[in-house]
Amino acid sequence: MTPPPEPAELSDSTKSPAGLAAGRPMVRFRSVTKTYGDAAPAVRDLNLDIGAGSITVFVGPSGCGKTTSLRMINRMVEPTSGTIEVDGRDISTVKAAQLRRSMGYVMQSSGLLPHRTVLDNVATVPRLNGTPRREARRRAAELLDVVGLASALGERYPAQLSGGQQQRVGVARALAADPPVLLMDEPFSAVDPVVRAELQEELLRLQKELAKTIVFVTHDIDEATILGDKVAVFATGGRLAQYAAPEEILRAPVDEFVAGFVGRDRGFRHLSFQDGTAVPLHPVQLIAADRLPDPAATVDGGWALCVDSDGAPLGWVPADRRAEITGTADLVPGGSLYPQGTSLRRALDAALSSPAGLGVAVDADGRAAGVVKAGEILALIEAARLQRAGS
Amino acid sequence: MEWFLAHTDDVFRLSGLHLYQSVLPLLIGVLIALPLAQLVRGRRKIRGFVLSAGSLLYTIPSLALFVTLPAILGTRILDVANIIVALTIYAVALMLRVGIDAFDSVDDSVRQAATAMGYRPLRRFLTVDLPLSIPVLIAGLRVVSVSNISMVSVGALIGVENLGFFFSDGLRRFFLTEIVVGILATLVLAFLMDMLLVLLQRLLTPWTRAGAVRRGRGSRGADGAGPAAAVRRAPLASAPDAALKGA
Repeated sequence: MTPPPEPAELSDSTKSPAGLAAGRPMVRFRSVTKTYGDAAPAVRDLNLDIGAGSITVFVGPSGCGKTTSLRMINRMVEPTSGTIEVDGRDISTVKAAQLRRSMGYVMQSSGLLPHRTVLDNVATVPRLNGTPRREARRRAAELLDVVGLASALGERYPAQLSGGQQQRVGVARALAADPPVLLMDEPFSAVDPVVRAELQEELLRLQKELAKTIVFVTHDIDEATILGDKVAVFATGGRLAQYAAPEEILRAPVDEFVAGFVGRDRGFRHLSFQDGTAVPLHPVQLIAADRLPDPAATVDGGWALCVDSDGAPLGWVPADRRAEITGTADLVPGGSLYPQGTSLRRALDAALSSPAGLGVAVDADGRAAGVVKAGEILALIEAARLQRAGS
Repeated sequence: MEWFLAHTDDVFRLSGLHLYQSVLPLLIGVLIALPLAQLVRGRRKIRGFVLSAGSLLYTIPSLALFVTLPAILGTRILDVANIIVALTIYAVALMLRVGIDAFDSVDDSVRQAATAMGYRPLRRFLTVDLPLSIPVLIAGLRVVSVSNISMVSVGALIGVENLGFFFSDGLRRFFLTEIVVGILATLVLAFLMDMLLVLLQRLLTPWTRAGAVRRGRGSRGADGAGPAAAVRRAPLASAPDAALKGA
């Protein structure tokens, strides 16, 4: 992965690392209401400041006005009353086409132009701004690399790409004119869960490098808490129910609606925001994969973890079935892995999903570093809760 | 055959006139109908009205139109302009519906994405809506082109020169060969125009033949074998040879 092209273009004020919502508001909604005909308002008296260089996620059930709110930022929808400012300027005073070119826009169905090659799609906005074709395409090729696509894909048509690849192209296109603001309207909701997780990770990685002001719409609270520096929960009827850091929304939903929306697993999800460094690591017996056929390599009791020549975990060998296991194909499959030092959620999930009851912790290089135990993690969680209650 | 060989000059001259009288109205018709179609497409009430008006226009018998137009336009009865105007009216009537259908065929999310990226309406129409509606547009154009080429012959009844002359003349003289030559020449013209339109479509829509290939996971895909190899073979072509192959 190469660094973004021309990072020098980013001003210092937007260079703050993602994750810390910068103070200066980039987008401000002021008493914004949107009504269609005589119907109940789609968005009701919205007041919201979106910090520069941060990811703000609008989340809520369908019909809650989250997409309408997003589309008012680039004037795809005009508010019935109230004003919206972007970078201190009332957007109703900016020509719509001009305003839109200053913001990247990614939508659910990728929205790529089917009659243009991938490269020409990415080059769209610079071309609209009058950049010569060669120059725009050269920059587009760099952006393909930034979003993790092989340059060979550049000459294909969108229909020749997978859904995940199309969304990547959509992101590259949105970045092409290096806009300070990125609007993303349920961009990952049409791809399968595995690709979605990849794209989410990729977006977070990109954001670390680019520090754009990103407004992201989703109906998936999980996606909201993974991506958002701040999350705005919209309730049916266009009401902003809660606007806070995702950790706070999971821990302390303001009302019944938010509590209901964040759902049953919110206790578990909240563990995503609790640091796992305090989880004690225990040693575990390792057995090298190439020693499996050798009966002399015994398991000393309980479970031994089989690792490959690089030390990466492959699966488990229970002591009582040692004789049956003569190759990696016979191993008892392991659970999820806990990358050392990440959240309590990952640690607990590793422990709970492991057949041995021991969650495998891996270091930054993917080598087995030890095991964690569910009981100890629960004790840590309880201790943290008592501490919060006491403070 | 002998008659044909003796009259090749006439056949070619009349074919030229015939083509001129049918293709020019087609072009003018498209230029009028497409912007109109785009204008009324999104407006429900006008849209219905315009479509009905179009159908109504098309029901006017061609001979009646050829005969009454001179009175309306102040042209001489034998003026070729009468034919051009009459056929333009028919072309507009047909292409209005075709145009509306064609623009409707463009995926609305693509249109919205283009708008969201900052296309102004005219540029979007010319560089997004129009190219994407070409498959449906050309399908419609093929119908209108054939219809025009056949209808032009009627003009011969009022004395305008074109291939229709062979019909009226042959009929008057009970001379079958002349009628057959007229029919064949008309068929050849219609066929050539149709081929031209098909070729045009292939040249203008390379993306429709770039086979949709679904690949599994997202990134760095092109290094993979299998489906990727199939894609590489697929025409990424604006190259004319790719348009001609496998027609």
